Amino acid sequence: MTSPDAHVVIVGAGHAGGTLAALLRQYGHAGPVTLVGEEPIPPYQRPPLSKAWLKGEADAETLALKPLEFYAENRIDFRPSVCGVRIDRDQKRLALSDGTDLAYDILVLATGARPIRLPIPGADLEGILELRTAADAEALKGALGPGRTMAVVGGGYIGLEAAASARALGADAVVLEREPRILARVAGEVLSTFFRTLHEGHGVQFLTGASVTGFRGEAGRVTGVELADGRVIDCDLALVGVGAVPNQELAQEAGLAVNRGVVVDLEARTSDPSIFAIGDVTLRPMPIYGRDFRMESVPNALEQAKQAACAITGRPAPAGETPWQWSDQYDIKLQIAGYNFDSDQTLVRGDPGSGRFAIFHLKGDQVQAVEAINSPPEFMMGRQLIGSRRPVDKQRLADPSISMKEVAAA
Amino acid sequence: MAKITFIQHDGTEHVHEGKTGLSVMEVAVKNNVPGIDADCGGACACATCHVYVDAAWLEKTGEKTAMEESMLDFAEGVEPNSRLACQIKIADGLDGLVVRLPESQH
Repeated sequence: MTSPDAHVVIVGAGHAGGTLAALLRQYGHAGPVTLVGEEPIPPYQRPPLSKAWLKGEADAETLALKPLEFYAENRIDFRPSVCGVRIDRDQKRLALSDGTDLAYDILVLATGARPIRLPIPGADLEGILELRTAADAEALKGALGPGRTMAVVGGGYIGLEAAASARALGADAVVLEREPRILARVAGEVLSTFFRTLHEGHGVQFLTGASVTGFRGEAGRVTGVELADGRVIDCDLALVGVGAVPNQELAQEAGLAVNRGVVVDLEARTSDPSIFAIGDVTLRPMPIYGRDFRMESVPNALEQAKQAACAITGRPAPAGETPWQWSDQYDIKLQIAGYNFDSDQTLVRGDPGSGRFAIFHLKGDQVQAVEAINSPPEFMMGRQLIGSRRPVDKQRLADPSISMKEVAAA
Repeated sequence: MAKITFIQHDGTEHVHEGKTGLSVMEVAVKNNVPGIDADCGGACACATCHVYVDAAWLEKTGEKTAMEESMLDFAEGVEPNSRLACQIKIADGLDGLVVRLPESQH
């Protein structure tokens, strides 16, 4: 346990960093807390940026994790528009981009991840956007509207959610995916097909196996996307959503262990006992799968904020969790529990045509992951089964006339 | 505006004002009330903002949607007065609302 008057410095004021600052106070940490953020606004929720916020159904106040005055009231020194540039581990000091530096007892890296930028001709044209921050979302919202055409480079969740929002705003959307199917990196074939059909029903166009080689523009503004086969897809704006890389440079230059993410343990501690790391930037153990990996999700950011807050304040570590995530597109709620590692069988419960079904990924008779479409019981019970590692009767699981409670009780 | 009282499992009371249109969950989270995790931020995707609505207020908080009902069905310690706080919208008629929090949100 850390001294109760220790100065905790959190670098990165996203969902993970903001949550940790609040939890430290909730758990009774008495010492100073400093929260350093690159963006000009206090921590906010990113998931609505591609959904409710883009459609104008949520405002800045709703997005904010806490109101601005919360930080002063709780003696959290929130410093916007500044980032960490160098860690001096011997002196326990963090140098900041504004030329000042901070002494810390505990340092927490919550620097997140950044969107991958395509190193192709025309990538710096106006109208080529990404979606990570509130400022990105503001720019995207301003560019969308009736009669506009948005090319989405990358058929992942962010691109699909943005396409759904674009349609709701009366804009056209064309999704360009390099792989033979959308969601190829993150979902199985059944789910890919379901979402493609869903989006096509709402007027979204898809080009798969489409390798983007450049952008065309006029007077500095994007007008089209060039494909490897020579085709040019006309557009008024292009949203690039092809994955993210961890902001691990600060840790790397300080000599901390990194490996496609800052390496941490289940207390969210790095290879330096005075430095923690939480959220998208980390590579962390996940005991139920017996492996370490990096997760980009809100639930993981919250979980690691809890792990670090418990370790710093001397509370018992939170119980092991089952990772999960969600996505909303049109009237479809997708809830995913677990990660599809090492599975040897895919089992569909229910009829995809009904818009209500779940896909279970199994290893032997254990559930590794479940993707549930408008199916909370399958998600909630599947999540418990993944965490408990209890074997299931696959025949009963595949039969939607047997309730999930009965399946799990067997 | 409505005054909401949150009673933690250990009896600690937190009283906060909530603006009309916000959800009861948002009022709790923005004021750092312990015991409401609200992992999904109000998307009705996680069931970690489970509360027990005081009997006198049950009717005024409205009907549960099928999605909420279904999520709650798998939460721990569910009672007939269980709700997901993200699905209760603040309205003038809810001034004085009292909700109790479960021991944990898992």
